[in-house]
Amino acid sequence: MINYIWFFMILAGVITAASKGEINLVTEGILKGSEQAVLVAAGLIGIVSFWSGMMKIAQDAGLITALSRLMGPIARRLFPQVPPDHPAMGALLLSMSANFLGLGNACTPLGLKAMSHLQELNKDSETASDAMCTFMIITASSLTVIPSTIIALRSAYGSLNPTEIIGPIAITTSCSTLAAIAVDRILRHFK
Amino acid sequence: MTTLIQTISRWAIPLLLLAITTWGISQKVAIYESFVEGAKEGWQTSLRLLPYLIGMLVAIRVFQHSGALERLITLLNPLTDWLGFPREVLPLALMRPISGSGSLALLTQILETYGPDSFFGYLAATLMGSTETSLYVLTVYAGSIGLKRTRHTLITSLIADIAGFLAAFYVVLRLFA
Repeated sequence: MINYIWFFMILAGVITAASKGEINLVTEGILKGSEQAVLVAAGLIGIVSFWSGMMKIAQDAGLITALSRLMGPIARRLFPQVPPDHPAMGALLLSMSANFLGLGNACTPLGLKAMSHLQELNKDSETASDAMCTFMIITASSLTVIPSTIIALRSAYGSLNPTEIIGPIAITTSCSTLAAIAVDRILRHFK
Repeated sequence: MTTLIQTISRWAIPLLLLAITTWGISQKVAIYESFVEGAKEGWQTSLRLLPYLIGMLVAIRVFQHSGALERLITLLNPLTDWLGFPREVLPLALMRPISGSGSLALLTQILETYGPDSFFGYLAATLMGSTETSLYVLTVYAGSIGLKRTRHTLITSLIADIAGFLAAFYVVLRLFA
């Protein structure tokens, strides 16, 4: 699927640029895209390292085990393949909590940490395990309950009640996350 | 309420930092050594996902920059008109899964043009807040550990995004129209 979407974006881009007689737009897109990728990856080096370090402290101090025990029941349902006392479980929980609270730049580093712990449990390191699929799908569907950026934007544009948006966002995000979990449960059985 | 939430989000990370280090010290963990040990992995993780990011972001940029995205939106207008989904917010719905900065720019534009307390403003903010840049999340997460086959994650995420858009439309329609 990813191959087809990738190809579609490239094909549609080239055809559109050609039909507009501005084929140079494709070349510009390539330059800008690769530059942006390097900037994003470079920007991640520092913050991912930082949160990896913090996670290691939390792990060595037993904080992760404590958190897993606290939130275990839900997590065990979502990730039955992950042993409750494995570091992967703690990392999953921390990452999902950060997403819940909308902790911005802590979310991706914690998520990547969880992925690398899940990889330790994965039988085939090039294919996503069930737990990885569930985790990626839940994260990609958004878990945010406190959308601080949106509230700030609404407030900046003179909304009379900027936080009013929390209700609709909470309902909507629950719908999309539940849909994500349900579809994941069904599709994981198909090759 | 607004200031309370903004205060919470300003304090959350500093408090988390304080909580983890305090807990570590109290458990007699050599926190600085632990930190350094853990932080070593960040470099490798970031470098591993670079090729995935380049592949994905180049395709997205070519798609966007060439005007293909705009053309797709025009093609989809009859369908969304039939659903009653406003044309004004459609570009945001399409941009949301593929580009975080792009969709933020579109949201800002809608808030500026129609105001945050208008129907379009509510719909756009709800859409933006309740979904993620799915393609970015999948690329970065899978790339960071070098996964080649991600199975059903992409199709499932896209289905969830569509469910989110429809839910946002319905909820905002019921609450604010």
